[in-house]
Amino acid sequence: MDNLKEKLMKKHLLAPGHTACAGCGEALGMRMIIDAIGPNCIVANATGCSEIFTSKFPQSSWEVPWVHSLFENAAGVASGIEAAYKAKGRTDVKTVAIGGDGATADIGMGVISGMFERGHNILYVCLDNEAYMNTGIQRSSLTPFKAHTTTSPSGKVSLGNPTRKKDLMAIALAHRVGYVASCSLANPIDLEKKVKKAVEHKGPSFIHFHAPCPLGWAFESDQTVNIAKLAVNTGLFPVLEYENGELIKVAKIKKVPVDDYLKLQKRYRHLFKTDEGKEFIKGIQAIADANIEKFGLAK
Amino acid sequence: MAKEFIEGSMAVAEGAALCRPDVISAYPITPQTHIVEDLAQFVADGKLSCEFVNTESEFGAASVVLGAQCAGARAYTATTSQGLILMSEVLFNVAGMRLPLVMCVANRSLSAPLSIWTDHQDIVTLRDSGFIIMFAEDAQEALDLHMIAYKVAEDKRVQLPVMINIDGFLITHTFEPVDVPEQAEVDKFLKPYVPFQALDPKNPYTMGAFTEPAYHMDVRYAMHKANVDSASVIEEVSAEFEKHFGRAAGGLVQGYKLDDAETVLVAFGSITGLLEEAVDAMREKGQKVGVLKIKTYRPFPFEAVKKALAGKKRVIVLDRAMSGGFGEILGAEIRSALYGVSGQPAIDGYIYGLGGRDIFIEDVEKLVADPNPGTHNGDWIGVRHDILEEA
Repeated sequence: MDNLKEKLMKKHLLAPGHTACAGCGEALGMRMIIDAIGPNCIVANATGCSEIFTSKFPQSSWEVPWVHSLFENAAGVASGIEAAYKAKGRTDVKTVAIGGDGATADIGMGVISGMFERGHNILYVCLDNEAYMNTGIQRSSLTPFKAHTTTSPSGKVSLGNPTRKKDLMAIALAHRVGYVASCSLANPIDLEKKVKKAVEHKGPSFIHFHAPCPLGWAFESDQTVNIAKLAVNTGLFPVLEYENGELIKVAKIKKVPVDDYLKLQKRYRHLFKTDEGKEFIKGIQAIADANIEKFGLAK
Repeated sequence: MAKEFIEGSMAVAEGAALCRPDVISAYPITPQTHIVEDLAQFVADGKLSCEFVNTESEFGAASVVLGAQCAGARAYTATTSQGLILMSEVLFNVAGMRLPLVMCVANRSLSAPLSIWTDHQDIVTLRDSGFIIMFAEDAQEALDLHMIAYKVAEDKRVQLPVMINIDGFLITHTFEPVDVPEQAEVDKFLKPYVPFQALDPKNPYTMGAFTEPAYHMDVRYAMHKANVDSASVIEEVSAEFEKHFGRAAGGLVQGYKLDDAETVLVAFGSITGLLEEAVDAMREKGQKVGVLKIKTYRPFPFEAVKKALAGKKRVIVLDRAMSGGFGEILGAEIRSALYGVSGQPAIDGYIYGLGGRDIFIEDVEKLVADPNPGTHNGDWIGVRHDILEEA
């Protein structure tokens, strides 16, 4: 208990007073992640919610050295920082790149591929809130199947985003990234352990963090952690850990039907209104079931 | 020291290496390739100690050198044409963040149609980026400008990036005798880089914060003012270079046979060498002609242009690029500089040599011989109207 109290009371490396929405899963997750990394790091942040709510001039929430350049180049900027520190012979400092789902899976993909392939000693963290939230909830390639966004809206002849989430972990693994893990607010202790492991890994490492967004997913702001847990326990967001290409750990789940997760979020409410929508819910259940089967998530 | 007979790209690579960059990052593109190949070989041979980062694109390379500069390193890159405009989003950012990056641009046309040959469409498209933009006339100056560029860029009064421009192929792939200075001599001229601020856990800064309307304009003004005010630093550093190395390079403008000239040809890039020859040929026939070379394009040398051209009878500006739907670019800027000054000359502007089309002394002589000064505004030289009509 004392240990927990100590953790709760300690000074965070992401200071309070930033401008994130109430209940923001990304802000909470990013604070946990940066606390786990510790002060001896440099962060390159892509444009997006995380950058905007922490860095409004002349204020900053960052207690670690931090730079923002553009939307799609955090991995390139981080590569330059890491190269500069290597040139100076200072290899004790960890370089970290942070980007949202759009910055990572869409617009920044090529630069991230370059960073992975070159083998820089960089931790890349994707804060996945499953759409372009900073610009007003437009779809990205990590928006889930049939979710409503402002550019994949539900309407009379369409029932939301037509495609499934891109498999980011597989992309990282295809680059032979040595440490690849997903984590969630559902298990902060697991998150901390994984981030520390990723920091210690020499060479590129990749963390995929699931970041529930009360605004974009349209749920009550006191439900963030519950939503995160449901995403894991439905099997829709598998919590995994790979070392040197091998799956070494999966978070076992108390299986719940996807309905329980979907019905709390207005981005899915259109699916409950029609027979066609209900068929798509079965499709989403099939995606969850396939994950449970593929990764052996069931207890 | 004896001169070496080397390719222009090698002169650039030697110039960059002598400045002891900590990080080089680049992506290959013709006609820049020999520059980065030579630098990669220097690193492979242990002649140059630095981190050499091959990237997946020019956009990536620009991002890497941006990150390296933020971390307090002296960084370097080189590109051209499509690569430059692919970098452009990052380069506006580099200037806005006041990072003293130095890069070389081997000037080349922009597609379409695809052409690997020289013109200045790439660099004029980046003229509003906030970079200091300088031009070399030959391989020696291409080498020398690197030392001047870093010294200007890193000066606390400036804190801005510099682009060194050299005409693709005409300079990059041409062999010339070049004096490659000793490292010790360069070290006396260019001291190690001490950043104004850098990313370091020992003293954590937030860099690249976003601004609301209450701050944005002021930061942009400060950047613009630093660029304008860098003119005096460029002159100061160029003079210091001449004193230290015994040869001139850089500066804002350079005149050739200007004093008694009635007609002055104005341009930047390697054409200025040809213009000198044309002037010599015309002077033999008794024509009072001179050349004004624009060595520094940004900051635009308003005062130096006025001083050199006011009172002349006639000015002919040669543009190796064009503004679609407008026409001349340098021509318009020279007109702007001379507007309303006492003794305003008749001004003609021409667009020449796009996509590597050659221009000859006779072409220049024809422009000077034109009987209607002041009537040519962005006229195109040598367009093949016959094939256009056919099409």
